[in-house]
Amino acid sequence: MKPENTGIKKTAAALGTVAGFMLLALILPRYYLYLLALILTTGLLATSLNLVLGFGGMYQFHHAVFYGTGAYCLALILTKTGLPAWLGYLAAPLAAALLGLIMGLLTVRLSALYFGMLQISLGSLVWAIVYRWYSFTGGDDGIHGIPVPDLIGTSRGAYLFVVLVTGACLAVMYRIVTSPFGMVFTGIRDNPERCRAVGINVTGHQLAGQVMAAFFAGVAGTLFVTVEGSVFPDMMFWTLSLEILIMCLLGGWFTFFGPLLGAAIIVVLRTVVGSYTEYWTLVLGVVLILLIFFLPEGVLGMIRRGGDNAAGK
Amino acid sequence: MLRVNELVKTFGGFKAVDGAHLHVAPGEVVAVIGPNGAGKTTLFHLITGQLVPDRGEILFKGKNIAGLPPHKVCRRGIARSYQVVNVFDRLTVLENVQIAVLARQSKTWNLFQTASRMCLEDTIRILQNVGLADKADRICANLSHGDRKVLEIAITLGSKPELIIMDEPTAGMSPEETAATLKLMQRLCRQMGLTLLFCEHDMEMVFSIADRIMVMQQGRTIIQDIPERVRADKRVREAYLGGADTCSA
Repeated sequence: MKPENTGIKKTAAALGTVAGFMLLALILPRYYLYLLALILTTGLLATSLNLVLGFGGMYQFHHAVFYGTGAYCLALILTKTGLPAWLGYLAAPLAAALLGLIMGLLTVRLSALYFGMLQISLGSLVWAIVYRWYSFTGGDDGIHGIPVPDLIGTSRGAYLFVVLVTGACLAVMYRIVTSPFGMVFTGIRDNPERCRAVGINVTGHQLAGQVMAAFFAGVAGTLFVTVEGSVFPDMMFWTLSLEILIMCLLGGWFTFFGPLLGAAIIVVLRTVVGSYTEYWTLVLGVVLILLIFFLPEGVLGMIRRGGDNAAGK
Repeated sequence: MLRVNELVKTFGGFKAVDGAHLHVAPGEVVAVIGPNGAGKTTLFHLITGQLVPDRGEILFKGKNIAGLPPHKVCRRGIARSYQVVNVFDRLTVLENVQIAVLARQSKTWNLFQTASRMCLEDTIRILQNVGLADKADRICANLSHGDRKVLEIAITLGSKPELIIMDEPTAGMSPEETAATLKLMQRLCRQMGLTLLFCEHDMEMVFSIADRIMVMQQGRTIIQDIPERVRADKRVREAYLGGADTCSA
């Protein structure tokens, strides 16, 4: 098959999927639209983490802080300023990217584990500021009743907005992953020493990757505000970072769509299990243990491996 | 082309390289030999920027490159291969070389083109040149040791270097593979006018391919000269060939 054909087919499949999701808005009741919007938002967040985790091999242990930064930035602009809403939607991901740049400059030169540890420390610092600064961020109460623009303020409007934005972001991220930058990024994951030896500025690429991941996490943050109409400090607490890390591992962190699948599984599980018991984290723990023992490459990773074996590779 | 003067590198008290000298002229094939622990690999690490020297100069095309980070050394025109195979195991043979070609053509910051379709011509030409074209789509981890060592060379060619540095290009190879690699290196040097600096334990190979040989012992340069004179040199015989000659040649 010619490469141009596969490109057109992929684009057609992507557009078809987006159209399909939009049609669901006509059929599904409100609650399911809300759940689906939440899955897509979380899926976008997990995919943005996987950009650096799975493709870049960087132990991004505190990704939620960029999600929270995006969400708070939009929430504060909508509630505390008279600026137009679209400016808030634009500024929020940029603020997250800026935080990604600052934290990246401090952490990116460190080796894998220290990178992760320092990131948790810095991220927790941001969390502590948001948690304590009552007069500005609302402290542990968060901010509620955020005035989202009317067009996307209804549950149906919010859902459609989430579908379009998630679709666009995933398309851009897919492009990045298959670009020369993405190829070099996986090369850095597998063998940074060799990358340096062929003339690649490893630290520079890692920093750029982190800024991109933070940007898309910020976008996911704005989607959360659109869907929920509120923000709270838990959005940037490290337990959420752990949860999205698990989503990547569960879905398959060496695949592009794995984290999306992982997010869907976790969100559905949390919703279903959460309605029976408050010990949801216990179930999450069991899932994690099973995952480590039986699915080290995640669900999609296993499916792909199964396909390869069947094809006799 | 390359000139190393009074180079010193100490690891906590131990002088790994202690005043080494080296000179490589354009188009020349220079071998570095010496007993284990003589400092050959450290010398190469210093030249390619993996290590920063304590003292001394490394002049490449007249400019001091001592202390530059590896990616900048590569950009200046020096590419290296490794003693222990050091490739991208999860990628295909083609992609392994493609990364080097992309880096060489400064395309690694390109975010929106499809990588798998870029630089294919240059990449495939290199694979054909080293005889790996028929294995282009194989995942690297599944290759034989000999093929992986050849891939090492192919990746260095991807950087389109003026000077290639090879750290034991035939280490761990069977005699047949060694002979084939030797032929490949000779052909590449002739065809592409490459300048080559390498170190090797296989004396037969060193004396058959090198224009000049530099002998190291305990971090120092004993001599650098044409093979006949190195073979005849008394100090070299004492330091190195004397005992090792019988077992390695």
